[in-house]
Amino acid sequence: MSTDTHLAPPAPARPPSLARRNGARDFGRRLIADRWAAAGAGAVLFFLVVAAAAPVLCAIAGQDPYTYDLDALSESGVPRGFGGGISAEHWFGVEPMTGRDLFAIVVHGSRTSILVGAGATAVSVLLGVVLGITAGFYGGWYDRVVTRIVDVLLGFPYLIFVIALGAIAPTSLPKPLLLVGVLAIFGWPSIARVVRSQTLALKRRTFVVASAALGAGGWHLLVRQLLPNLTATIIVYATITIPSMIGAEAALSFLGVGVPPPTPAWGRSIGEAIAWVQTDPMFLVFPGAALFLATLGFNLLGDGLRDAFDPKTRGLRR
Amino acid sequence: MRILRLVSGRLLSMVGTLLVISLLTYLVFVLLPSDPAQLSCGRPCTPERLADARAFMGYDQPWLQQYLAFLGGLFGGRTFGSGAAAVHCAAPCFGYSFQLNESVTQLILDRIPVTFSIAIGAAVLWLILGVGAGVVSAVRRGTAIDRVAMTFSTVGVSAPSYLVGLLGILLFGFTLNMVPVNGYVPLTEDPVGWLWHLVLPWCVLALISAAVYARLTRGQMLEVLGEDYIRTARAKGLRERKVVGRHALRNVLIPVVTVFGIDLGSLLGGAVITERVFSMPGLGALLLDAVGNVDLPLIVGVTLFSAFLIILANFLVDLAYGVLDPRVAR
Repeated sequence: MSTDTHLAPPAPARPPSLARRNGARDFGRRLIADRWAAAGAGAVLFFLVVAAAAPVLCAIAGQDPYTYDLDALSESGVPRGFGGGISAEHWFGVEPMTGRDLFAIVVHGSRTSILVGAGATAVSVLLGVVLGITAGFYGGWYDRVVTRIVDVLLGFPYLIFVIALGAIAPTSLPKPLLLVGVLAIFGWPSIARVVRSQTLALKRRTFVVASAALGAGGWHLLVRQLLPNLTATIIVYATITIPSMIGAEAALSFLGVGVPPPTPAWGRSIGEAIAWVQTDPMFLVFPGAALFLATLGFNLLGDGLRDAFDPKTRGLRR
Repeated sequence: MRILRLVSGRLLSMVGTLLVISLLTYLVFVLLPSDPAQLSCGRPCTPERLADARAFMGYDQPWLQQYLAFLGGLFGGRTFGSGAAAVHCAAPCFGYSFQLNESVTQLILDRIPVTFSIAIGAAVLWLILGVGAGVVSAVRRGTAIDRVAMTFSTVGVSAPSYLVGLLGILLFGFTLNMVPVNGYVPLTEDPVGWLWHLVLPWCVLALISAAVYARLTRGQMLEVLGEDYIRTARAKGLRERKVVGRHALRNVLIPVVTVFGIDLGSLLGGAVITERVFSMPGLGALLLDAVGNVDLPLIVGVTLFSAFLIILANFLVDLAYGVLDPRVAR
């Protein structure tokens, strides 16, 4: 961090994958040495375990996210007792108006967030890689069309479009599936753009040109020559796409157009907390903290992965 | 001449994009099984009344005709129905809300000052904060200021604006009683009240995005400061302030402007969320209400208007880009 950058030669643009030469052990060591990345990985692991074990955790607590407990509320609907009704029975207190257990809601909410986040990311990455690598490799009018679509979609006010679409989509279509689809449609362009520019740089490199000269076909060049060298980029972008997808799902649920009730969702709880922020702030704090920590964890891990793959960017994040 | 060709080229591609976007949006919304005529038909809804309502709204036409009628309405206005019951929607007509008995354009115009107040103020604040923090971090690289700014930025990137907004309401509104917690006062009515109601929304929306810009600016600045021409500027004895402020910053701003152009769409989305947090009657509130009432013409109108707005704004950013970087015009 303290090196004199004024005199350092400008960093050559090179694909992060070249760092692979240093070996997997080095890569792992760099990742663990990055305390923030390790903390991020820990948080991600924690939320994955919580999401997977949600029914078990709720069974231990003896609660579920759907049962009303009006005894835990005062006449005005505010939870009785300290911190929004925190007790041995209700570990995070209860939801105002309904008395549903907040611990169970937050724990089950992690499933919604992670499933939609990971699902939308998976589809985005698939679309982005396929379209980006082919656009960069084949060029021509196909490339121009893809690039144009990417430009338009990147600047598109997608939140407004998704809100509108959510209202009129057929009710027979499961909402989480719709969310995954729509978020992916607006998520693939940023991945396609990066993959395309890396492909453009890679396809002029000797090993690709040589392979083509030896008579390799398009499929071989794409899958055997280019794709392995894009893996690092793809992993990094997938990791930082997950938190933005989780954030998008939460924003939609917050606005009341995401996952429909009674399925627990962090964003919806936060949205409902608006009305209670003065009388029961803990109803905002627990789902809010969960959403923030999960997002932060994925972001830290993503940053750490990027630095570990490419030491040149260390301290030059984003 | 080059500038002229650049502008006309961009203009053409903008119009093309607008046409494609409007056609796709229209298709998506019209082809989905939702029938506004059914909702306004009343009870008992006889087939004749339903057919009448459809004909009145223009939903009895094939989709291409409907789309062309919509486009025509944008430029020349359009009239729904005929005779005494006819309603006229003046150009530019983004559709007519039969539920609210008002043209979508008028409904949008009523709400747009709120959304613009939030969005423009927040954008100014975030550019100043973000670029400022990024430059300071880069120049003072590795110091405590740098580390604090970058830690803040990592946290800021991960914090949803509505969460920060609600915590802000809790702290500055309810606990400290410093600012109003909701509502909007028009600028023309009471400039001080306007400012007072907007301070917290601006800060909330700006802080989140400023984090991204601080990282971006810092990275770019560090790269630029390593370039030869900066060494030359230093070597000829220019003061550091001039080297950073004049020579380096101009090149740093180019990618910042690019990202800003891309972020305009999410700025509008962010304004929608901010409106919900602070209960402000803007475009987002209009859209959410329309969604709640399944007011299809209003939903389509607001969506298309937002898309048009963003594409137009991007066109302007493109032009600014040409001014900032003369190489673009070539």
